[in-house]
Amino acid sequence: MSNPSFAQLYPYLIGLSALLFTLGVIGVLVRRNALIIFMSVELMLNAANLAFVTFARQLRQLDGQVFVFFVMVVAAAEVAVGLALIVTIFRTKKSTNVDDISALKG
Amino acid sequence: MSIDIVLFIILAAIAIVSAIAMIVTRNAVHSALFLVVVMAVLAIFFLGLGGPFIAMVQVAVYAGAIMVLFLFVVMLLGAERVGARSGLRWQIPVALALGVALLAAVGLLTFRAEPSAAAPLEPSSFATHTANACVDDVAAVRNAAQQERGVALGTPCLVGDQLFTTYLFPFEVVSILLLVAMVGAVVLTRRERTA
Repeated sequence: MSNPSFAQLYPYLIGLSALLFTLGVIGVLVRRNALIIFMSVELMLNAANLAFVTFARQLRQLDGQVFVFFVMVVAAAEVAVGLALIVTIFRTKKSTNVDDISALKG
Repeated sequence: MSIDIVLFIILAAIAIVSAIAMIVTRNAVHSALFLVVVMAVLAIFFLGLGGPFIAMVQVAVYAGAIMVLFLFVVMLLGAERVGARSGLRWQIPVALALGVALLAAVGLLTFRAEPSAAAPLEPSSFATHTANACVDDVAAVRNAAQQERGVALGTPCLVGDQLFTTYLFPFEVVSILLLVAMVGAVVLTRRERTA
């Protein structure tokens, strides 16, 4: 994929990134299951990563890929804590529906 | 029509359909598996965009570790079936409208800038770009030199070089962040023995 014709795909890769990000946003807004909402957030992070890597390629700078690395680390940390929270909430509320979680007190 | 474009269309279609299926399906396990498909497709894109290291990390960390953690939790909670509809009737139409508006805004920004964005930076223009942006550290110049010879952009060696020179401090901070997340996950899921 290193031939020059690939260069004309950069705007479409950014467009694909935007589309995937939008799908992630819609997932967060539409679904009420905390697990699916988390997966949609992961989809948004992945879409942003695609934009990062595309720009890194377009500008011939490695920094974009290093940032993707950091985004992945932050995503891993976020998932670990977030899933722990979901498990803890499920123990008390017996539900992963975010509409049921309306009180700050457990 | 170049093979790259055909490949792009096929992969993009797989990614979009999988992402939509992830949102639509009523089974949380299916959602997780569709998300794995999206991540695998993105890993192929990363490979094509000159990031073999990032592509492998994407497969190992994202599609491997993170999604397996998701599947563990889904099956641990027995929350595979998520039938419950939203309590708010107007929520889905409003969410779709807002999503389309967001897509229109981002798409407008992306494709309005197409002439400049589509023009690939030539190696010569890259040299001036480097000088103008004051990116004069040795690693960046070395990357540029390797780029002109057509070497892959993000090999593990080059990414590691960047991580441990330019981005050393963020790298250390991020390691502490991971430690905090690990301790936090253990503390949060710990059962209260004394209670």
